[in-house]
Amino acid sequence: MNIDNRKAVRYNRWGYIFLIPFVVTYLIFNLIPLFTTFYNSLFENYMSGLTQIGPRFVGLANYVTLLSGGELLTYAANTVIIWIMGFIPQILISLLLGAWFSDPSLRLKGTRFFKTVIYLPNLIMASAFSMLFFTLFSDGGPVNGLLMDLQILSGPYKFLSHVWSTRSLIAGMNLLMWFGNTTILLMAGMLGIDPALFEAAQVDGAKPRQIFFHVTLPLLRPILVYTLITSLIGGVQMFDVPQVLTNGSGNPVRSSMTLIMYLNKHLYNKNYGLGGALSVILFFCTAILSMMVFKLSESKE
Amino acid sequence: MKRRLISILVTSVMATSLISACGSAGSTTIGDEATPRSATIADDGKVLNIYCWNEEFKSRITDHYADYEEVDATHGKIGDVSVVWNITPSDDNAYQNNLDATLQKQSEAAADDKVDIFLVEADYALKYVDTDYTVPVADLGITAGDVADQYQYTKDVVTDSNGNLKGLSWQGTPGVLFYNREAAREVLGTDDPDEVQQYVKDWDTFNQTAEKMVDAGYHMTSSVMDSYRVYSNNVTSKWVENGKINIDDNIMRWVEDSKKLYDMGATGTHALWSADWSTGFYPEGKVFCYFGPAWLINFCMAADTEGSIGYQGGWGAATGPQGFFWGGTWICAANGTDNGSLIKDIMLTMTTDESVLKDIVVKDDDFANNKNVMNEMASSSDYSSKILGGQNPLGMYCAGVESIDLSNLSSYDSGCNLDFQTAITNYFEGNATLDEALDLFYQACVERYPELSY
Repeated sequence: MNIDNRKAVRYNRWGYIFLIPFVVTYLIFNLIPLFTTFYNSLFENYMSGLTQIGPRFVGLANYVTLLSGGELLTYAANTVIIWIMGFIPQILISLLLGAWFSDPSLRLKGTRFFKTVIYLPNLIMASAFSMLFFTLFSDGGPVNGLLMDLQILSGPYKFLSHVWSTRSLIAGMNLLMWFGNTTILLMAGMLGIDPALFEAAQVDGAKPRQIFFHVTLPLLRPILVYTLITSLIGGVQMFDVPQVLTNGSGNPVRSSMTLIMYLNKHLYNKNYGLGGALSVILFFCTAILSMMVFKLSESKE
Repeated sequence: MKRRLISILVTSVMATSLISACGSAGSTTIGDEATPRSATIADDGKVLNIYCWNEEFKSRITDHYADYEEVDATHGKIGDVSVVWNITPSDDNAYQNNLDATLQKQSEAAADDKVDIFLVEADYALKYVDTDYTVPVADLGITAGDVADQYQYTKDVVTDSNGNLKGLSWQGTPGVLFYNREAAREVLGTDDPDEVQQYVKDWDTFNQTAEKMVDAGYHMTSSVMDSYRVYSNNVTSKWVENGKINIDDNIMRWVEDSKKLYDMGATGTHALWSADWSTGFYPEGKVFCYFGPAWLINFCMAADTEGSIGYQGGWGAATGPQGFFWGGTWICAANGTDNGSLIKDIMLTMTTDESVLKDIVVKDDDFANNKNVMNEMASSSDYSSKILGGQNPLGMYCAGVESIDLSNLSSYDSGCNLDFQTAITNYFEGNATLDEALDLFYQACVERYPELSY
């Protein structure tokens, strides 16, 4: 008993040794910055032109400034709306494609080719992708030109001057960039399900639809939760696509201004106080959202 | 359960690390900028580092500074000193961000890495001129007599609060109205500059002419932003008065006039420099006029591209409703430079040598910063601009440059102008009421300059 225990400890030691690089980098690059962010958020500290203002301890004044304005809620709502507009079609399309790709009875040809193709948009830099869309959908751009040539429109439609067309463009870009990634994840999840279960269901007379909803989906839940959380965190951090598309303005009327774009506004003058406070608030939001998702997925077990 | 909670917490800590990493960079505090330092200028440097935001100054040096030899796109040579061009575009403030960061490290940087020359624009010149990062030109050995023939406003822009002149420019940038001659003939029945001027002589007439243009299928201007400078240069108060943001009446007049023009379809809301804004450089764009100084027409309006109006010499110049100036590039010497006498020579050659300045006018259609040269060339028939269909616009510039008034310049101008245009676009496009749009402006301005209130 005693000897076994000691062996286990000695064996465990290797585990800890292998963990050291991660823990050290995590401490230096993640945990310490997290605490200094909180520390910084308690100071007035920014540049006015080339003059440094502060740092001066102001307590929670930065939080009061942020939370009393009400703008923060608007930007949070913008972020969530645009994220949902992209995520719902994304998960539906990915489920469908994943189901097709992973179903051997369909005998699809060239799946490997299509798997590569749908992943390709993700390889383009988000800002380049956004710039491309900006050009495509500008007033004199090819999309307007095409719509006018087809006599669908009489004059150019100002895509970036209307709230919902701007949001849709951002959501659409996120969708295009990420649906391939999600499809591959979900497909991996589907291929991991024991084929015996599908056969058993078929033998019992289940239709393909029933198999999908009653066998595939429940067994896919861990992967779905993972997709949801990573996409949620990605959504909260949404920045480059709307930033480039709206030239940092979040126009029209800041309806496409996301939380991180707002954070970026404070970095113009190196406003570490307000920026830090905003980051801390974002941290708690992300933590709460993640916990909620975990709770939801747990309760059904 | 407890363990799971901890794991969730740790995961979310990791997930937000990206966000927090941005915010926490502040822990390294930059040295106190307020402490005054005396100017240090040395003379034996082997590398001349020049910071600027586009190719304009480089092409001026290449063409007009005799000792300069080009090595490659970002390197050159003057004698045995190698010249390094550090070009950062000014989009999204990138130029200033880069310059600020470099200047703040100037005292610790190795001699060959120190900034020697940097360029500034009028909108933010005071931000640099009013600090010890710039050296008075007197310390370089340039006397008031050397620059006596330069236009006073070009000196006012770069004079600090103690009266020291801290930069020089080779160009003056009085603006005029450039009109599309073909459109003028078609709609107004004439393309003679004096007669066209009668149709744009003040804002009321300008707006009436706009109606005619709309009826004939033309846009009066490409964007509401085109006329912005003309109004904003004729203000009677500053953007910031006693720490409070202040919107001048003339700016509000721009809003009112522009809204009318936009609603009748006489103009758009494109950002300056965007592809949509530039369509009017070509005949198919159907734009009647642009406002701008000499550099706009020679440097920005696609005059070298076949098929453009400029290429065909299809523009004309008229004084327009009000005088204004736009842009302009000033050469500043950075504190701590080790190329003092070379900088002095570059400044004197490029901004005071009359033959060089004449050459700049002839070759580049620029407006040079020298009263004698410009008055002489304005009255001579030797000079005419090809882009302007053979017109000599210099007299117009000479008259305009005298009316430039810089008493309402502030160091907040670049940010305020940008934020105001962005916010008010929402009003033009009908997405916000005037008050909502103004609120957006105040909000954006306070984000940019937290020390201000409204």
